[in-house]
Amino acid sequence: MKQEHTGVWTISEIEDGTINPVSYELLAWGKGLAETLKVELTSIVLTNKIKDIESLIHYGADKVYYVENEKLEHFYPDTYTKILHQLVEEMKPEIILASATTKGRTLMPCLAARLRTGLTADCTDFEIEEETRSLIQIRPAIGGNVMAKIKTMTRPQMATVRPKSKQPLPKDETRRGEIIKKEFNEEMYQSRYEWINYKKDESIDQPIQQADVIIAGGKGLRRQENFKYLKEIAERLNGAVGATRAVVDMGWIDYSHQIGLSGKTVSPKLYIAVGISGAVQHIAGMSTSKYIISINKDPEAPIFKVSDLGIVGDATEIVPLLAKEIKQGDKK
Amino acid sequence: MNIAVLVKQVPSTDNVKIDENTGTMIRSELESEMNPLDMYAVEEAVRIKERSSNTKITVISMGPLSAEYAIKEAISMGCDEGVLLTDRKYAGADTLATAYTLTQFLKGKELDLIFAGERATDGETGQVGPMVATLLEIPVLTYVNKIIEITKDDITVQRAIEGGNEIIRTTLPVLITVVKEINEPRLPNLENKLRAKKSKIDIITNEDLKVEEDKIGLKGSPTRVVKVFYPKISRQGEKIAVKTPQEAVAKINDFIKEKGVIS
Ligand SMILES: Cc1cc2nc3c(=O)[nH]c(=O)nc-3n(C[C@H](O)[C@H](O)[C@H](O)COP(=O)(O)OP(=O)(O)OC[C@H]3O[C@@H](n4cnc5c(N)ncnc54)[C@H](O)[C@@H]3O)c2cc1C
Ligand SMILES: Nc1ncnc2c1ncn2[C@@H]1O[C@H](COP(=O)(O)O)[C@@H](O)[C@H]1O
Repeated sequence: MKQEHTGVWTISEIEDGTINPVSYELLAWGKGLAETLKVELTSIVLTNKIKDIESLIHYGADKVYYVENEKLEHFYPDTYTKILHQLVEEMKPEIILASATTKGRTLMPCLAARLRTGLTADCTDFEIEEETRSLIQIRPAIGGNVMAKIKTMTRPQMATVRPKSKQPLPKDETRRGEIIKKEFNEEMYQSRYEWINYKKDESIDQPIQQADVIIAGGKGLRRQENFKYLKEIAERLNGAVGATRAVVDMGWIDYSHQIGLSGKTVSPKLYIAVGISGAVQHIAGMSTSKYIISINKDPEAPIFKVSDLGIVGDATEIVPLLAKEIKQGDKK
Repeated sequence: MNIAVLVKQVPSTDNVKIDENTGTMIRSELESEMNPLDMYAVEEAVRIKERSSNTKITVISMGPLSAEYAIKEAISMGCDEGVLLTDRKYAGADTLATAYTLTQFLKGKELDLIFAGERATDGETGQVGPMVATLLEIPVLTYVNKIIEITKDDITVQRAIEGGNEIIRTTLPVLITVVKEINEPRLPNLENKLRAKKSKIDIITNEDLKVEEDKIGLKGSPTRVVKVFYPKISRQGEKIAVKTPQEAVAKINDFIKEKGVIS
């Protein structure tokens, strides 16, 4: 294959000037790939204002290209796609990674369609095929029951990456790199979108896909009120609350908390499943968690097959106590 | 108003069982249905039709002939007519080739709104919607959980994004991908069921559509599945029947401490 395209890119995510930690996770993936390919790792930043841009270098980037313009305050797919398209045409990277967030999962298909190149969604692992330098993209398929290895025949090779599928590298403040500003004429920033407002959901402290710990409840919690204990536990562990479709359908908790095939897919460090049977459609959304603890009174519940620690017991008796006594591990 | 809904036929995931030895899903033969998440797209289109006069909804799917079933499901919920893009040459299409093929049919159709599901429950990519919009050069609104207002020229919606809801406006025509919380899909009534049964789906092959052969099917797909393998879904976990809640809590705390999960 001719090496017209070279280098690995990550698309950083910035919210109102603050770098979203998923951007550092992407750099950890990108670094490994760039080292194997012996090419540079570049991070791309589109933002209205920027703080702490050097941190991208400290977390592994060799270079940062940034575009700063007040019109980039909100994510407008047309503007973002136009600018990235231009940058890609100009610099021709061989790999582009973005996070599988709502932004990444909207922007990347738009960009891939513009570039007429392949895109793989929600990857959880990557390899480089030695002979061809091709990126092998690994992702769960058919509800997490199989894993597929996917290769892209065109360049650039594009993928969205599941948040939490890798830890950021340790921050190294001595690392040096180039930070380069890119400018475009005003026309490039024109958009057909108009942002009106954003209402934060006060019931959640952090996006569930970015939480290190998720405690999820199912019908085995028996009563909606018992979710309050899960909330307390989540607070103590700095985590988020998840749920099965069964309890979402009963109206015990909002759909935004649903984990599974028709809900969200998560990969936290710790997933605690409480009163959840472990239907395939639920497991599809959480089986890539690092550790899984489950509590169920039925010793034959399928959830135990995917658990590292299975507690056979009555959840309604355990959670109130757990809310009081769960430990943060050894924090500081 | 002229509305199109993109629906995909997927293998039915109802009552799926896992083969204990291989970790694969056991599917009863050829059981397929409309992608469950597309029902919300269909429902939203039907609701718009109910509130505005002179609205026509066309259901469009690309897939094997059996996808007629999914299209009829959509008609039985209240859509007007159905189109199936089907050709052996379309087989093996990835999201880009699918989007490209759909676009070749959609372009020039004077549509105001195109609806798609958030993602299909088989491929789970959610890429086809935004790709179609880009190829048609129209705006896309993803993760929509509420349509606030539609005027002659523009549309205002609420999008479910990380940590909350965003309200945003854009111009028509537009492609909208909806999430589950947007509505509660109806059950088809008898009249519509009969109408669906009798309706004739417009079958379009590549003889009609004439899409360039290097842009369709497997050949037109930039991505290839090179290998499929079974992840180890079973973990070598410990299972403990606890006698008291205290014992459960102690076990959990020990586990968290030992693995250093939260620190
Ligand atoms: C197309 C499709 C998509 C779907 N998508 C999703 C999805 O995204 N997410 C999802 O979660 N589901 C999804 N489902 C539904 C899924 O099949 C299950 O029905 C659902 O996950 C079950 O939820 P549950 O575990 O809370 O309830 P149940 O299956 O009823 O399980 C409750 C469990 O609690 C245990 N229990 C009862 N009492 C106690 C107690 N006192 N203490 C401890 N344990 C107790 C029981 O032993 C049982 O194992 C989908 C289904 C379909 C067909
Ligand atoms: N073959 C197809 N025919 C019609 N619509 C499709 C097809 N594939 C995907 N879609 C639409 O695109 C959405 C996202 O699908 P996917 O990108 O496969 O996850 C689906 O919910 C459908 O609305």
